[in-house]
Amino acid sequence: MTDLILAAEQGGVILDHPAVLAPFIVAIPLASAVLLLLFGKRIGKPAGVIASAAVGLAFLASVVSFVEVLSFPKEMRGWVSETFTWIEVGRFQVDANLLVDPLSAVMLLVVTGVGALIHVYSIGYMKGDERYSRFFAYLNLFVAFMLILVLAENVLLLYVGWEGVGLCSYLLIGFWFEKPAAAGAAKKAFIVNRIGDFSFLLGILLLAATAATLSMGAINAEALNPNGPGPGISGGLATAAALLLLGGAAGKSAQIPLYVWLPDAMEGPTPVSALIHAATMVTAGVYMVARLSPVFEAGGDLALMVVGIIGAATALWAAIMAAFEYDIKRVLAYSTISQLGYMFLAHGVHAYSAGIFHLTTHAFFKALMFLGAGAVMHALAGETDMRKMGGLRKAMPITGTTFMLGWLAICGIIPFAGFFSKDAILASAWADGQYVLWAVGVFTAFLTAFYMSRMYFRVFEGPLRVPEGVHVHDVAPTMAAALIPLGLLSVVGGAINLPGLLTLEHFLEPVLGESHVPAGLTPWVLGGIALLVAVGGILLARSLYMTRASSLRRRRAYARIPWLVDAARNKFYVDQIYGYTIVLPGKAFSGYLANVFDTRFIDGIVTGTGRMIARTSENLRGLQTGYVRNYASLFLLGVVVILALLLLRVMFG
Amino acid sequence: MSVDPGYYLVLAGLMFTIGVVGVLTRRNAIVIFMFVELMLNAVNLIFVTFARQHGTIDGQVLVFFVLVVAAAEVVVGLAIISLIFRHRVSSNVDEINLLKR
Repeated sequence: MTDLILAAEQGGVILDHPAVLAPFIVAIPLASAVLLLLFGKRIGKPAGVIASAAVGLAFLASVVSFVEVLSFPKEMRGWVSETFTWIEVGRFQVDANLLVDPLSAVMLLVVTGVGALIHVYSIGYMKGDERYSRFFAYLNLFVAFMLILVLAENVLLLYVGWEGVGLCSYLLIGFWFEKPAAAGAAKKAFIVNRIGDFSFLLGILLLAATAATLSMGAINAEALNPNGPGPGISGGLATAAALLLLGGAAGKSAQIPLYVWLPDAMEGPTPVSALIHAATMVTAGVYMVARLSPVFEAGGDLALMVVGIIGAATALWAAIMAAFEYDIKRVLAYSTISQLGYMFLAHGVHAYSAGIFHLTTHAFFKALMFLGAGAVMHALAGETDMRKMGGLRKAMPITGTTFMLGWLAICGIIPFAGFFSKDAILASAWADGQYVLWAVGVFTAFLTAFYMSRMYFRVFEGPLRVPEGVHVHDVAPTMAAALIPLGLLSVVGGAINLPGLLTLEHFLEPVLGESHVPAGLTPWVLGGIALLVAVGGILLARSLYMTRASSLRRRRAYARIPWLVDAARNKFYVDQIYGYTIVLPGKAFSGYLANVFDTRFIDGIVTGTGRMIARTSENLRGLQTGYVRNYASLFLLGVVVILALLLLRVMFG
Repeated sequence: MSVDPGYYLVLAGLMFTIGVVGVLTRRNAIVIFMFVELMLNAVNLIFVTFARQHGTIDGQVLVFFVLVVAAAEVVVGLAIISLIFRHRVSSNVDEINLLKR
């Protein structure tokens, strides 16, 4: 405490400590959501402005908190904001405490910053929708839950945010629930997440039971120091806990085997996709693994290896599917899954800060590209098939240009944001000696550059091609207001963590530990390889989509790998496999329970009991006289008998 | 000045006995109802007496419960009686013996 005051005097600090603002960061969007849910209809059109302003305010508060965190010396950056006692039963007490430290400060900026831009964009995008205010209420709620998740100091509060974003994703993916596909996609997202959530719940219960505390700081301390005075978290128990947590992260962050919900989630309005893919929801798993990284470290090589392998496999798997997809939003969805795979790959090689770095830059360019795709759909009357588009950059200069920035960023072209963050992950994999993971990462980088270029060339370059009877128009001002800042961030976002300076990684060190980056020439060579591979991917896409001989070459290339094309276009039949192995048996079993077990057995017991009693009482009716006075006298007689017995007991007992 | 608690108990006993006899002998449902109330209040009196005697408030609290329950009971009971009256144009309990086979 005295240290704090000392630092406050030295650093010229405005607030007592940054955590003072934390409750407001959550409360403002939450209050706005409640307001819009209750009075949205009456508020009408200003709802979008209110919602955007709420997230904007939260963003300002986050910036202030972030600057405050920076103004303190490194070893003191970490504050708990005590809000209120949430649960109190006997000696068990849970406080709804919020934690502000470098990690949550960075996440706050991403969530509220990108979230606010998406809100602004939605004002234009959702104009004229009949549930306009409701949409913004859900968006606000989504952001609020994500902020709870990010700021939570204990695992229970984290779980509240965790489930909250799950609920909001359900509401928003199914926002146009009149469409059966949207309703189905919402259900799918919710149920698949539920599976992951169950695993996550088991994980946090295991941790809480072992460490005898819910505080993540304390749990991490036990994991870091298993031989200390506390119970300690280590060995097989830590591995089990880490794997259970990973199951939850795989659900939220769409990793193998639970990624299937994310492509279908494209049924929601496009800003929702941007929000889910960039600022909220899918980043939750990545954040959680980083936040509880000591548990994963304590889980040993096995736990981290599983994390790394799942990440690398997901990155590759989704990139292959993206390369053959024609739906513009689905390509972006697979690309998100693939990029999330990179983040898990980073976590798997101890490079937690590299994972968070990629999360941040990915939030910039993926939000940008989703919003760009939304602008394209808007201009083309809801068309999402890339085969029916072409040459749109000239017709939509703002969208086309910003999208190009995002494209270069995700391809990993220097000096755009994606180059630095992807390179940080690949370099960490190399430094950790995981050459196989590194190779998979590099190959995925090639595929990424290929499929993103394929998309960019098809949609924005070449001759103008639009569906019939569509008049192409560029974005509304509010939508441009979101696209342009995101475009700039996609260009300069990498600067937050330049090689050699390592600002972000140094900043995150107090929470995530030191990062190991190879020394000497190695990082330059690795970066060069990644760059070459990216350029190769772009050139391949160019030759297959931009030249006169393209369609012929494509046909020839597809003819060489017909099985792969077929399988990838059918999403590797994963939905069918899940359908036959899990959904169908599940439906059959619940059908049996509902139609046979419930009606025959459960209802049998209930109606049988009823019938038995009815029959018995029918027989007992013979005893009735029907005269009230008879019954009353019997009461009296009974009372007298009981009293007499009591009296006898007192006298002789 | 305080009254000997015995008197209260005797009074309560008398009230209760009157109630019992009334319930057993009268035929009009409404009148029976009133006797039931008399019995309830006799018990209330005993509660209060003992509460006073022991210097605790448990008994007084119980009286409140009894009052509330009695109020509820009156509502339901009167509703039943008035329905029966509408149906049979009588409130004579001896004429109501549906339960008998």
